[in-house]
Formats: sequence, structure tokens, C-alpha cells
Amino acid sequence: MRIFKHYILFLSGVAVSVLLSITYSRVLRTLTPTFAMHARNTVWHTAESRRAALDLSQKVRVLCWVMTQPPHLESRTQHVRDTWGKRCNIILYMSSKESDFPTVGLNVSEGRSQLYWKTIRAFQHIHKHHLDDADWFLKADDDTFVVLENLRYGLSKHNTEEPLYFGRRFTPFVKQGYMSGGAGYVLSKEALRRFVKGFADGLCTHNTELEDTGLGQCMETMRVRTGDSRDVLRRQTFHPYPPYYYLPRQLPRPRPWYLLYEHYDPVEGPGCCSDLAISFHYIDAVGMHTLEYYTYHLRPYGYKYRFNPDNK
Amino acid sequence: MMSEGSSFMKGLILGGIFCLVMSYFETFNPGVHSESHQHLHHHLKPLSKDELQKLSESQMSELTQQVRVYCLIMVTPKLLVHWVTVNDTWSKHCDKSVFYTSESSKAVEGFDLQEQDEWARLRKAIKHAYENAGDLRWFFVARPTTFAIIENLKYLVLDKDSSQPFYIGHTEKSGELDYVEYDSGIVLSYEAVRRLIEMFKDEDKCPERGRALWKMPEEKQLATCLKYSGVFAENGEDAQGKGLFNKKSTSSLISDSMGQNPADVVEACCSDMAITFGGMSPSQMQVLMFGVYRLRPYGHDFHDSLTFLPPKDSDND
Repeated sequence: MRIFKHYILFLSGVAVSVLLSITYSRVLRTLTPTFAMHARNTVWHTAESRRAALDLSQKVRVLCWVMTQPPHLESRTQHVRDTWGKRCNIILYMSSKESDFPTVGLNVSEGRSQLYWKTIRAFQHIHKHHLDDADWFLKADDDTFVVLENLRYGLSKHNTEEPLYFGRRFTPFVKQGYMSGGAGYVLSKEALRRFVKGFADGLCTHNTELEDTGLGQCMETMRVRTGDSRDVLRRQTFHPYPPYYYLPRQLPRPRPWYLLYEHYDPVEGPGCCSDLAISFHYIDAVGMHTLEYYTYHLRPYGYKYRFNPDNK
Repeated sequence: MMSEGSSFMKGLILGGIFCLVMSYFETFNPGVHSESHQHLHHHLKPLSKDELQKLSESQMSELTQQVRVYCLIMVTPKLLVHWVTVNDTWSKHCDKSVFYTSESSKAVEGFDLQEQDEWARLRKAIKHAYENAGDLRWFFVARPTTFAIIENLKYLVLDKDSSQPFYIGHTEKSGELDYVEYDSGIVLSYEAVRRLIEMFKDEDKCPERGRALWKMPEEKQLATCLKYSGVFAENGEDAQGKGLFNKKSTSSLISDSMGQNPADVVEACCSDMAITFGGMSPSQMQVLMFGVYRLRPYGHDFHDSLTFLPPKDSDND
């Protein structure tokens, strides 16, 4: 009996020892990180120089304002903020209510019928508080994706003291045409002054609910010219719809509905869109981050791009 | 009392010695993985920036010229739109691309293998590719639902000797078998293919028509035949350990990342040097083509050590 007891104790000792060793090695393994954790903040890509972009951001200062509303802050505006919003020299999120997002509270209510009021109030706010803080003033929706570097590049050859504005030029309703609201449009400093002055002097009024048409009419009244935002190969830079509307090749066909308002002859297929595209619209949250990935991260190593506008 | 305690202690000590001895021989319990085994066979990365900079101009130029890729795209008439889209997009960046089809299509050109069985088709395609490789030393096999960035593939294998056996992609494990997933693309070196074709002759180890009641998918059959020839699957990764071969689409991966890493969606998601994305629709591929080869922010300049020129007669890159 005693020998049996000793035997049991001996085996228990072996078992405990083995179990402890297994546990120890298991714990050790889980504590050892397997991959290097990449830095959570801005990762500077190896062998990348952003000098030219940085210089341009100081020479061509852009104030962006995003048309948004309280229910969109989490589903849409947040993703603007996480992607392109931070690339503006100044970014303002315009809503009916002030909040810690932070949003600027305009003295209007929400709804499609209020869009032009929001636009008017937004530009009046910017004129009052930020006129000297930037050179150009961009309006975008909370589902517009904007490539700021390409916007600055396009604007760099223009003089902000001239009455000019740029965007995706549409034809109807306004003689000189007007800029699509969704694709985003950008006003020169003089254009902003004249817009605000127009309302102050009663030359421009809230005569429509459509913010892009309304603004376009006021621009025409105040003698602000519609600029041509196409690149040197005449490809569009501002886009009122997502990329998949324009890029796939099509057989020659009459204009589809989404190209009916175009001022310039639309091109379908690869020639639709500039390499240095400025905006796409109707972009949902996943689309925002996907475009961010395509524009700023994913690339073909060593590839010699075809389009080099500076060398043309 | 004491003698009982000492029995236990003796047991404890013996057990401890036993464990030490076992772990020394690395045949210890499954809780412990052999790290060095993993390192040798599993992770394959491109040359680091430092290593690249150490190469001379002529070495660089030589390597760039040597790394040439033969793309085998395995199609069927059912996937006609994908077939046409791949033909119009990324396959133009291969040094040679052939669309191997199960049956011919009037709408578009392809190499008709006249074979309905997928594994038999793959075997025939690989044999044909090997015989027609010319001086191309790397083979890339993909379905037309996959989008590939060939420049990044070349960057990955730049310093790898194609006369050594390489079998690269996104690796998965099935029991004891490590295999490369088909949907994220399969990379094979010249030597790997040579050995594979030799193994094709062995009807026992590598049968053309499976004898089992169920059919093993081609990716596993391929892995088995390669394993018998001493060629093992390796996972293609970037310097940070992010997988370069993806079987999911870009939007699917971004969507996953939004759920898992909302503060850092893009950084946590996918590699800048990604090579493949699977499950892409034709219009997603057109957009990705634009996104990869054209869309970029002005003023961000990269000083890459290699140069790859755009292909001739192409207007969407």
C-alpha cells in the first residue's frame, strides 16, 4: 500500500512538471509578438518625397467646407474627416447645428429644400470669419471624395483675385453654365466676395432650392466666370458620380442620363477622367477609404506613369 | 511524510528533465511551434530598401530584365465578361499572357484546351506554358476574377533565383498540406514548373484524373504534386508582414478593416505593394486599373530603384 502511494505521488510529480512546462511555453509564445506592429500615426512611405505637394499647400491655400447634417456625422462625415478632410488648409463642417464634431451651426433647418439657404449662410460665414485665411474656397458634400493636391495643382495657374470658379460644368438653366454641386466647386477670393456682395445688395436672392443652379445664377449675375477644370488632355477632373460610371468602355451610344447636363462633350471609357482627378461623388463610407487606398497607398512599384503634365 | 514528499519531488524533477530533453529535440508537444521551420518555408518578402540601394545600376538593370512573367489566365466561356476585362486590363502588364480556356469562344481569342476537368486543364496549361516560355522564367496562374499588379509581383521575386523551386502566394493549411490559394493567384518559378511537369508523369502520386469519390480542388492537387517534387508553398508578404496576395476584393478588405480598425482603416488593411485581389467584378477591375496605374496625388514623388515601362498600345494605364 505504501509503495503504491509513493508510486502515485511520483507520477503526479511527473505530470505536474510536464503540465507546468507546457503552460510556461504556451504563455511565452503568446507574449511574443509575431509581426512588427507598424506605427499607428502617419506612416512615411519609404523613398517617397512629398516636397512638391507640401510647397503647393503653402502657396495655394484651400478652405474646404462640407455640407452635412447631424444624422450624417457618424455614417458619412466621419469618413471624410478620416480621409481627405485633413488635407485642406482649413476644413469646416457645415450643419444646421453646432457640435463637438466640430460642426459649424448655420441658422437654417435641414432638408433638400434648405440646401441653397445652407450654401448662402455657409459662404457668408466664411466671408465673415475666414476671408484672409485661404486663397480658394471649396464646397463639397459629405459623400464627395476630393484629392486636394490635384485641386491645388489645377488652381495654381490661376489668380484668386479674378472672378472665377471651377467645378464640373453643367449646361442648362444658366446661360454660361453652372457647376455641379455634388462634384464640388471652388470659388476664387473675388468670386466669394461678389457672391456675398450680391446677397448684401439684393442682386442675388434665394430664388431656387437647387444650390448649384442658384449659386450658378448668382455667379452669372455678379459677372463671375465659369472656368474650365479639364486637364491638358481635356479630361475631366471633377466628377458628379463614382468612377465606375465613367471608366468602363462603352460602344458609341447616345448620352446616358447622367451625362445629359454636360457642357463639354462627354467621353466614356478611360479618357473620361484625368489621372490627376479632383473629385468623385456619391461615395459611401467604404468607397471613401477605398479611394483613399487607391490614391495615396496602392501603387505599382517602379512604374513610369504615362501622364506627366509638367513635362508636356 | 517526508518520504512521500520526496517521491513527489523525484517525480517533479524527472518530469522537468524529460520536458527539457524533449524541447531540445524540438519534438515537444504541439503547443510549441518550431519558429525556424516556419521561417525557412513560409514567409517570402521582397528585397528591403537598403538591400536595393546596395545594388549597382547594372545589377539593377540586369535583374529588371531577367524577371519576366508568363501569365496563365484560366478562363471559361461562362466568365466571358471577366475574360475580356482581364484581357483589357492587368494582363497587358505580363511579358506574355495566354488565356487558357475549357472551350473556345467566338467573342474573344484564347487557347482552347478542349478540356472540361479543371485539374486536367491546369496541367495542360502549365505544360503548354513551360514549352512556350522562351526566356521567361516566372509563371503566374490566375482566374479572371483576380486582378494582379505584375510590377509588384516582379518586385517580390526580383532577387529570387528562378532556377530554384519557388511556389508563392497566399498560403493556407489543410491538415499537413500547405497550399497556395487559387483565388489570390499562384506564382511558380521555372524550376518549380520543371519539377512539376516531371511529377505529372507519376500517375500514382500525381494522377491526372482523381480516383477518389470526391474531387480535391486543383489548388490542393497542385500543392500535393509539388510537395512530392520537393517544392513547398511560401506566403508572399511585404516588409511589415502584410500579405501581398488577397483572395478578397479591395472593397471587401476595406469593409473588414472598417470593422476591425476604425481608427486606421487603410493603414491596417492592405499593403501598398499588394499583388492580387480576388473576387473582383469587371467594373471593379476597370476602376482598380485606373486606381493603380493612373489616379494619384500631384507632388508625391517616389524614387524607386527600378523602372517598369508602360505597355505598348494601351490607353487605360
